[in-house]
Amino acid sequence: MADPARFISTRRRVREDRRFVTGTGRFVADIRLPDALHAAVVTSPHPAARIVSIDTRAALASEGVEEVLVGTGLPDLVDPIPNALDTPGIRCYPLAGDTVRYVGEWVAVVVARTRALAEDAAELVDIRYRALPFVVDAEAALDPSSPPVHPAHGSNLLYRRLFSWGPVEADFGAAPHHLGFELAWGRSATVPIETFGVVARWDAGRDLLDIWASIQMPSFAEQVASCLRLDLNQVRVHYDVDVGGSYGVKRGLKHTVVAGLLARRTGRPVRLIEDRLENMAGGDMHGPERRFRVAVAFDDDGMIRSLKLRALEDVGAQSGRAPLQLGKPVSAIVGAYRIGSVAYEAICVSTNKTGQTAVRGFGMAPTNLALETALDRVARHLGKSRFAVRRTNMIRAYQFPYRIPSGSAYDSGDYHAVLAKACGLAGLDRLLARRTAARAEGRVVGIGIATCLEPSGGNSSFEALLNPKNTTTTWPESCVIKVDRTGLVTASIATSTSGQGHETLTATVIGEELGIDPDRIRVLHADTLSAMPGNTPVASRMAIMLGGAATGAAGRIRDRALAIGAHLLGHAPGEVRWSDGAAVAPDGRRLSLGEIALVAHREYHRLPPGVTEPGLQATHVYQVPTGGTLPDADGRGQMYPCYSFAAHLVYAEIDRLTGTVSLADYVIAHDCGTVINPEIVRGMVIGGAAHGIGAALYEEFAYDGQGQFLSGTLADYVMPTAHEVPDIRVVEHCTPSPLTSHGQKGVGEGGYLGAPAAVASAVNDALAPFGIACLELPMRAGTLSDLLATATEQP
Amino acid sequence: MPVPVTISVNGRAVSDTVEPRVTLVDFLRDRLGLTGTHVGCEQGVCGACSVLLDGVPVRSCLLFAVQAGNRSVTTVEGLDDAILLDAFEETHAMQCGYCTPGMLIAARGLLSDTPDPSEDDIREAISGTLCRCTGYVQIVEAIALAATRLRQDERHG
Amino acid sequence: MKAAPFEYVRPASLADALELLAEPGPETRIIAGGQSLVPMMAMRLARPGRLVDIAGLDALAGIGRGDGGIVVGAATVQAEAERSPLLAAEAPLLAAALPHVGHVQTRNRGTIGGSVAHCDPAAEILLAALAMRAEVELASVRGPRRLALRDFAVGAMMTAAEDDEMLVRVLLPARPAGLAIGAAVREVSARAGDFAVLAAAAEIGLDEDGVCRHLRLAVGGASPVPVTAEAAERALLGTRADTDAVREATRLVAPLLEPWDDQRASASYRRRVAPGLLARALETAAERARSPEE
Repeated sequence: MADPARFISTRRRVREDRRFVTGTGRFVADIRLPDALHAAVVTSPHPAARIVSIDTRAALASEGVEEVLVGTGLPDLVDPIPNALDTPGIRCYPLAGDTVRYVGEWVAVVVARTRALAEDAAELVDIRYRALPFVVDAEAALDPSSPPVHPAHGSNLLYRRLFSWGPVEADFGAAPHHLGFELAWGRSATVPIETFGVVARWDAGRDLLDIWASIQMPSFAEQVASCLRLDLNQVRVHYDVDVGGSYGVKRGLKHTVVAGLLARRTGRPVRLIEDRLENMAGGDMHGPERRFRVAVAFDDDGMIRSLKLRALEDVGAQSGRAPLQLGKPVSAIVGAYRIGSVAYEAICVSTNKTGQTAVRGFGMAPTNLALETALDRVARHLGKSRFAVRRTNMIRAYQFPYRIPSGSAYDSGDYHAVLAKACGLAGLDRLLARRTAARAEGRVVGIGIATCLEPSGGNSSFEALLNPKNTTTTWPESCVIKVDRTGLVTASIATSTSGQGHETLTATVIGEELGIDPDRIRVLHADTLSAMPGNTPVASRMAIMLGGAATGAAGRIRDRALAIGAHLLGHAPGEVRWSDGAAVAPDGRRLSLGEIALVAHREYHRLPPGVTEPGLQATHVYQVPTGGTLPDADGRGQMYPCYSFAAHLVYAEIDRLTGTVSLADYVIAHDCGTVINPEIVRGMVIGGAAHGIGAALYEEFAYDGQGQFLSGTLADYVMPTAHEVPDIRVVEHCTPSPLTSHGQKGVGEGGYLGAPAAVASAVNDALAPFGIACLELPMRAGTLSDLLATATEQP
Repeated sequence: MPVPVTISVNGRAVSDTVEPRVTLVDFLRDRLGLTGTHVGCEQGVCGACSVLLDGVPVRSCLLFAVQAGNRSVTTVEGLDDAILLDAFEETHAMQCGYCTPGMLIAARGLLSDTPDPSEDDIREAISGTLCRCTGYVQIVEAIALAATRLRQDERHG
Repeated sequence: MKAAPFEYVRPASLADALELLAEPGPETRIIAGGQSLVPMMAMRLARPGRLVDIAGLDALAGIGRGDGGIVVGAATVQAEAERSPLLAAEAPLLAAALPHVGHVQTRNRGTIGGSVAHCDPAAEILLAALAMRAEVELASVRGPRRLALRDFAVGAMMTAAEDDEMLVRVLLPARPAGLAIGAAVREVSARAGDFAVLAAAAEIGLDEDGVCRHLRLAVGGASPVPVTAEAAERALLGTRADTDAVREATRLVAPLLEPWDDQRASASYRRRVAPGLLARALETAAERARSPEE
């Protein structure tokens, strides 16, 4: 019998916080190597142009300049950035070759003694362009006659597939009601306060490229090595770098390739720390920009029988990993609802805009907005409550595990209970009364409701779904634990951290398993050469995967210690139990982990027969629960093991004159199974929601009709401040996952998946009495004011 | 052309010559190795680089080091403010830690003026500092908690 | 984002500063708080060859009475002005504008004169000062001159100052005696603390019968320079400024506007919303005048 949980789910401090409040975090820009060179980038002012000439002479002659790198000749030195799709005609290099494809694309990189000197010289790089036709609109890009961003690919269509799961047409034919609408999710992203940065050092004496980077991506070292044509074990990525926020986007592959190349060529360390202008325009970190066509067929009671969803994604000028964001939504394509059949058309086009990358939720947030908007419109169509229609459609608690039409089985949940908790915490009746009273005063107010599934613990099956040449079926995570001769525990993990508290997670879980104080456990971030396999904190996976790996490794330590302890106590292994960090004999005699460790390290002669390895250490490489299979021919398959759930409820008021939206009474009820650290979970949920509020109301990477980029600074790309994010209250519900070490599920994305839909729901509820709706994000004050001004008559 | 400058940084007089174009934040980070102050935008929007200048919060990216000559600068490393730091830890008022120095400086500036701030006061004080992780709620809680404890400390100390 | 190289001078006196401005040579810019200039330099949108730092000059600091009104030294820091009891009492409209200016960190550096001289069409300090019919005093080695702010602010980011001239003082007329005064600034911005998309300023003086005897109205962010709504002022003087009258009168500002489209708002939005925003500012100001203890 295990002891009851003492550390898991209890309110404990987050160990990482100490270094941050004392100003002793170590971010990439803090890493100072002697004699380092600083890079600055020269970027394209054109959405599409032929590079006629580049003259670097003046730049090279400028003070302090060591080297100027241009794209010509780069294909002789490096391989292109990998495409996730099977699109061999698209070859993107870190620097433009003979053609630029978007405003902000890197054309040249200058390295100099200081960043300021590099910028001075960057101004002197003389580039002549001849403008080419361009396309910046996704629908236009679908037209085969649109100017191809990558002529060798033949068109701007990168991917198109119509998935059909279940009898869609028959269900539509049989249903008494249909409705359809279009919806646009504007181009936004997570925009961390720290830009991407990398420091590269070529160690000639060891034939080794050392990388320190603000990185959060799987297979980073593999891709760097491959692009630089190095052996994988010639690249060492250091994970002991604090990452100043990522939420998906910190994937500076081209940056690292350039820094690595220049470090090798100059023989000096090279720092490429994006400034904000480089980051916004050419950092290739924009997120989804998606247009939907949605149709649903439903019964009189609002039960949705079938869903048709067309998603057109504009990934910009680089293909990369971004198109796969059309794949993850397949894992929860019906959300929390018992929709029987689905037709999903996923289309991806290239345009002359900045490249896109992974953003929190990996494409789920836009799709959830489409689905939740459909629920709201069904309710409105039938004159029913949006809450009631959701309750009608939601999967019942007794139905888990519940397999959805696209093949994934949801592991566990109680959606009705969670929705009820949200309504209870918000005081829904009170809010409804407040809405009625406010409307009677002529105010424009609404209540928003949205639910969301958070597929978590991801494997990589969306890769295979969109690209059959990709046959990856495992995405493991690992943990190495050693107990030193004094009995103290040090764990090593295979990732850097961008705010998720992995050290706290690891220490908590190990402390729990070994019955020892987590605060005395040290957790190290290894590097890619010394670490066991890992896939970094994407896909809401670390609580599940690192938690599972740490639990597994700690379990091995405990089993080993028990075996040694039992022997030393003169018992058979089964007669001794583990409690409070010690092996305990039936008569109460104890041997602590420290006493056992000392024997294991020093007194081989006292070890039990069969224990032949000195010391006390263990490794666990943890496979994704339910992973290991490829999708079938129809694109069905188990994509994620665990499904967290949340319901968001919010009250919004639109200023009738100015269109400004203010939010109040924001509540979130969520279920991520067992909570490991309550404060981390609460922060993730609220922070994700804040980020979703930004996407719903404020944030957009905007382009004008000439392909010029309008959002190049943090003054133009409007992220919410403490004034725009309301107080957000959170209530938890726990249906443990049957698939994970402690019943935990993922929690990093759910706030962001629910908030845009909830805020949009509230805005549209406010607009509904006027017979109008806003179907594009961000819902800017100007747009809402214009809509209200045209809807002159109040009903 | 580098010019001489003397700045009191965290209570210590620092004399150096510096190119006029070097911002205070670059001076602190590159010359003094005080990397606790972070750079987020270099145009005065994000607030990550906030420091106290003669006791009040300013953006150190919007100030050339020469402009700080003969003045006093306090960075996060010099915040002798255990109660405030502890409150940030207690409510987990951060995730990635990048905006944290700016938030602490903003909080210190507020609490020096306003020992008993309302939630609105707190939100106003930190509204010039962007946080992308937390949604601000736990930061607001931390500052309110610190204010309460500092008032208690004042009464009892 | 590092500024291009420049030379930095910190003159010991105003006279020295004016000498520097009069010298031929590289483009010389005055820096005080630098909250607008430094970002432009960081982006290399501005690249002065020389900065003359006037931040420490006593002659340019402080708020006091004088010239029949309130005199604000150009280098007075916004946060100091925000805390000034004199300004709150005697120039309530400027005081009402200050909390809308940027954030506490920028107000701790930015100056009153810097904001006026920057001449941003949406800047709240410029808006309030224009509404108040402020004057400015310029200085140069050729001597001082004084002109109406409306003649100084000639266009978006453009002033009537010559290259060798420095804005040294902003002169605010005295508030009318014997009236209950209320002032308010309302604005629309992408988020609180941002540059205004649209801003409105109103100051009202009511006599003891509640009749409007003094009115200052202006709208910023919808024309190259904030406009004073004189027709609206005239229409409301002598009335009780009730809701209908305010709605009616503030519409008179619309023809004065020259709005534009940008990423934040359309021209039609600015034109449509400006009168209503001005009405709100005026209503708030009138409420404050009627219950001055607030």
